[in-house]
Amino acid sequence: MKRPNSKIPELALSLPTMGWLVVLFIIPTIVILLIAFRTGDPYGGIGDQWTVENFSELANPVYRGIMVRTVVLSVLTTAICLVLGVPAGYCLARAEKKKRDFLLLLIIVPFWINFLIRIFAWKVVLHPEGIVKNFLLLIGIVNDQTLLLYRPGTVLLVMVYSYIPFAVLPIYAAAEKFDFSLLDAAHDLGANWYRAFYRVFLPGIRQGILTAILVVFIPALGSYVIPDIVGGPGGEMIGNKIAQKTFIDRHLPHASVLSSLLVLAVMIPMTASLFMKRRKTVGRGIIPG
Amino acid sequence: MRRSRIPFYLLVGMLVFLYLPLIIVIVNSFNMSRYGGQWGGFTLKWYSRLFSDRTIWYALGNSLLIALTSTVTSMVLGTTAAIALYRFKTRLQSAHRLFIHLPLVMPDILVGISLLLFFVALKVRLGLFTIYLAHVTFCISYVAMVVLGRLQDFNYAVIEAAMDLGASWPAAIRKVMIPMITPGIMAGGLLAFTLSIDDFVITFFVSGPGSATLPLYIYSMIRHGSPMVINALTGIFIVFTFTVVTISKKLLEEK
Repeated sequence: MKRPNSKIPELALSLPTMGWLVVLFIIPTIVILLIAFRTGDPYGGIGDQWTVENFSELANPVYRGIMVRTVVLSVLTTAICLVLGVPAGYCLARAEKKKRDFLLLLIIVPFWINFLIRIFAWKVVLHPEGIVKNFLLLIGIVNDQTLLLYRPGTVLLVMVYSYIPFAVLPIYAAAEKFDFSLLDAAHDLGANWYRAFYRVFLPGIRQGILTAILVVFIPALGSYVIPDIVGGPGGEMIGNKIAQKTFIDRHLPHASVLSSLLVLAVMIPMTASLFMKRRKTVGRGIIPG
Repeated sequence: MRRSRIPFYLLVGMLVFLYLPLIIVIVNSFNMSRYGGQWGGFTLKWYSRLFSDRTIWYALGNSLLIALTSTVTSMVLGTTAAIALYRFKTRLQSAHRLFIHLPLVMPDILVGISLLLFFVALKVRLGLFTIYLAHVTFCISYVAMVVLGRLQDFNYAVIEAAMDLGASWPAAIRKVMIPMITPGIMAGGLLAFTLSIDDFVITFFVSGPGSATLPLYIYSMIRHGSPMVINALTGIFIVFTFTVVTISKKLLEEK
């Protein structure tokens, strides 16, 4: 068969996207790291001198609390999304086709409703004069002074709410390919349902769980709108500080310092996942079939 | 073996969790009293107030303009990228694949701030054009992934057959491959359109005066405006979404 032996077709198909992404994604990401070393100017722009002084900003004790909160909330969000997402994925994969399509649709539809509106819904629900507060007052769990909004717990609740479909979908995709007769085999060999679920099903959908962790944990670290709308000062995360430095303090180099920190935080799980994938492919090469 | 019912109960619980706030907001959008602690009687006044708001239509216009232009651009770029990734297995394509994957995992706020810093450093005026550039940037990857998924089932022998019959390689791609993967390209475009029209964080960072999109407007309403009007807007959004989903499902089933 005759094949074009010049490089031209490949370049013609690759260079437009590569060029676009280099100019508008790769270079801007590097720019974050560069501007962290620039001085600011009085008009909220970028000055023309190099400096390392911006990093002393990080010594501010406020940031340590915010960083810890960012990581803790992201880890908890990921954990809760998995605890709910794994059984959901299992159920979906085992359901008959018609029921499964319907359930999947129910999970995806809220996804299509504007993100801000979904967060706003919680602000209405948890409002001091709202329905949940009134209900909790009625059964005597809270008193008049209790605030449901503007706490770290509220941020966690709404983060789980927003990210849970991201966890369910990859887990379902992995569970759908899982051979459920393996669970019966485990049962025949003496395992009860829980043990079979834990020792056979969970390792079987490992790849889906890893993807779910990645697609929940990384965006969670960068959350900004959720703590901004339902968090209040006690629920701030690193994203809020980046926005505050950008729009309120108008000091872009300081915003860059914080963003560089977030870039590093995001790199850790990303690199770890690449490493795990590579190990998996190596393993696959050893085991025949 | 006796299967545990716990996963099913958890799934049902999760669905209740997903829908309860939305239902409360819809009910509330017909409520006379603010915040809906109690029912103050049925009203449509929040809806009429919403429809008489002119800024919202202006913002919707901006959103549609950006969504349409960035969808078309990212469909072209995403499709060429997917074909390159599918066809060539070179070192260049490994880098290409990495470039396509990275924006998918980058948190929105980092994409937003990086583009803002980039535009400010180059002294580009922020506005609809910078929003368009930003939206294409994050849409390309999604279109490329969807089209690439579709290409997995594509049999390259068809292209070879076309070339044996005298078609040049570009002609074979254009006249044989593209028509066959059109559903994938359309699905990618639909996803890009949804992402673009829904995006708040990235848009917030790269927008300038007068370039408010619908999500930016909703945000300013949440921060400063009347919550009851947003309840009404939520009601419309939810009904609209369900209608679109039902219609598209019907259309797909009839095929």
